[in-house]
Amino acid sequence: MTITYRDAIRQALIEEMDRDENVFLIGEDIGRYQGTFRVTQNLYEKYGARRVVDTPITEPGIVGVAMGAALRGLRPVVEMMTMSFSILAMDQIINHVAKMHYMSGGQFHVPMVIRGPGGAAHQLSAQHSHSMEGWFAHVPGLKVVAPSTPADAYGLLKTAIRDDSPVIFTENPSLYAVKGEVPSGVDYADATLPPGSGDESASSDDFTVPFGKAAIRKEGTDISLIGYSRMAHVCMDAAEELENEGVSAEVVDVRSLSPLDSSTIFASVKKTNRAVVIYEDWRFGGFGAEIAAKIQENCFDFLDAPVGRVGGLNVPMPYARNLELLCIPSKDDLLAKAREVLG
Amino acid sequence: MEAAQAGAVERKQITPSKEKKEHALATRSGSKRRQEAARRKPGNSLMEPAETLRDYHRLMVRIRVFEGLSMRAFRSGLAGGYLHVYNGMEGTAVGWLSCVREGDPIIAAYRDHGYALILGMDPVDVMAEIMGRARGVSRGKGGSMHLYSAEHSFYGGWAIVGGHTAMGVGLAFATKYRGGDEVTHLFFGDGAANAGVLYESMNMASLWDLPVVFILENNEIAMGTRLEYHAADTHMHNRAEGFNIEHERIDGMNVLHVRKDALRIIDHVRKTQRPYFVEIMSFRFEGHGAADHDRSLYRSKEEEKEAGKRDPILLLEQYMLETGVMIEGDIKVVWKDVEQEMERAYKEAADMPKPEPHEVYENVYTDILPEEGH
Repeated sequence: MTITYRDAIRQALIEEMDRDENVFLIGEDIGRYQGTFRVTQNLYEKYGARRVVDTPITEPGIVGVAMGAALRGLRPVVEMMTMSFSILAMDQIINHVAKMHYMSGGQFHVPMVIRGPGGAAHQLSAQHSHSMEGWFAHVPGLKVVAPSTPADAYGLLKTAIRDDSPVIFTENPSLYAVKGEVPSGVDYADATLPPGSGDESASSDDFTVPFGKAAIRKEGTDISLIGYSRMAHVCMDAAEELENEGVSAEVVDVRSLSPLDSSTIFASVKKTNRAVVIYEDWRFGGFGAEIAAKIQENCFDFLDAPVGRVGGLNVPMPYARNLELLCIPSKDDLLAKAREVLG
Repeated sequence: MEAAQAGAVERKQITPSKEKKEHALATRSGSKRRQEAARRKPGNSLMEPAETLRDYHRLMVRIRVFEGLSMRAFRSGLAGGYLHVYNGMEGTAVGWLSCVREGDPIIAAYRDHGYALILGMDPVDVMAEIMGRARGVSRGKGGSMHLYSAEHSFYGGWAIVGGHTAMGVGLAFATKYRGGDEVTHLFFGDGAANAGVLYESMNMASLWDLPVVFILENNEIAMGTRLEYHAADTHMHNRAEGFNIEHERIDGMNVLHVRKDALRIIDHVRKTQRPYFVEIMSFRFEGHGAADHDRSLYRSKEEEKEAGKRDPILLLEQYMLETGVMIEGDIKVVWKDVEQEMERAYKEAADMPKPEPHEVYENVYTDILPEEGH
């Protein structure tokens, strides 16, 4: 079926809630108000206040309460109205959620998902435009995914909800309206996406996307463009333009930041001998730096040029639209860097 | 500390309606003298059998002796990091936890050795954790502040002041979600009672009718800052008022009083499936942590001497002697027995192997290993 990224997330929530009574949704304005970005639209009517829990505006409390519920076997899916607000809950997420399994010597596990839009949208300015995925990927104990397509949003969310470790599921506000084919039921139409999560409890006709698997969105031979979430689309746009110039670019959609599918990234770079990593977060110290460092450590002898890196400008997100657009990495920024790397 | 409380009450304008909900003892007894007498004498209004009194006594002695050895482990270098002992507060945990039902979730902060022992965790495993051994309750990954036991529904063992309070409410959320009748027992200190997340948690607990008891163990020192210097209203239970949560202050130095109040409160919460806030007044005999060497920075020797007269173990011993439940010789035997038991546990733990290096990567995730190497 062809549906939007937003509907794909909702579809995954519905199917998982129907499959497992322990799955419930909790967050700000997700029920009666239908969700700030309408991801949870109509779910309150369908499941009621018990399983679609409207909360006060209190992120640390929400995460902590969800964690306590998870410790007793429930599987909460927390909506962060925007991932920028997860900063309020950092102590809960990092000091509590991420560490309990380890600190308890494996006695307790925390099966919960924290999902919501991350990254810049349209003039939301400095406090609502954070890309948080790199911050979370830095933390041992958290798994972090950032889907770019409706199919991945659907398949990765199902995997996230079934995972016994805590998962940060970061969406992108500019992708909610993007449409795409989502395999559901028995339909495995999209062969570029590896089906099956290996979850024994899932039925055989269940489409999920496993963690730790990058996707090659476009094959190429001259340069690897590596990104995730919204930047995977920027990679595709740039690759198309490079194609017109006679350059064959390969696009690697990282999808899963933690665990990271290093081997797919390395294989691509060893084939093309050139790489540019792009990420929306601040360029300085961001997740793309980790990918670039890994490529340098592992593919040094295969590189014909230094690894290129494109990231957001190192400033708080400005409000003025022209300045905002300047901050968000664009196709042109990527093309410029790619041409530099191509020499 | 009594003076500190009294002074704070005088300084603060408390409305009559709030005053009514102050210390239960104050409403029961007409005068300060009688109140003091009630504090000193445990009383046995529940008519507990002699054997039960002896059990509470032994439990408290076990904690006191164990904590002595914890500090020895710290001083001798067998235990590292932060380590906080429970001396003086035994009456609170023994009295309260004697009333919980199997399966009731329990969660606490970092001064957690006492709960672990009362709940039946093996002192060898607890001491092994404090010493960072592979057989420790948390496999040497948690340490003194992070004891856990899934078997005993003990959810830790948390060391960010106030941080675990939302989790405690979440444990109760699961009870309601499933339609059970377990009561969650959420312990925290007067330091944590100033943390913002506690108030977010209290709001949700009341808003959603969750069966959780907020148990504020008020030893009147937040690390090294006295109650009157950290709390705008030193009767901290009053803060529950704004969340429409029933609240009261009780005395924590008499194990039998704590038990009597706990039975009543827990029963009430189980029936009403509503939160409750209880402030238990207690006294921390030792410093904040094992490295807190100078208690004179926040209290006088006289205060400590006065508090020593209300030592929960001493009070129960006096009561048992007066009522003939025990004679001096019996008490000595208990202490000796427990000292021998705990010395054995200490030695056994000290002789245990440390975790293997490869274990450093285990339990980060439930199903995968993190990236390896430096």
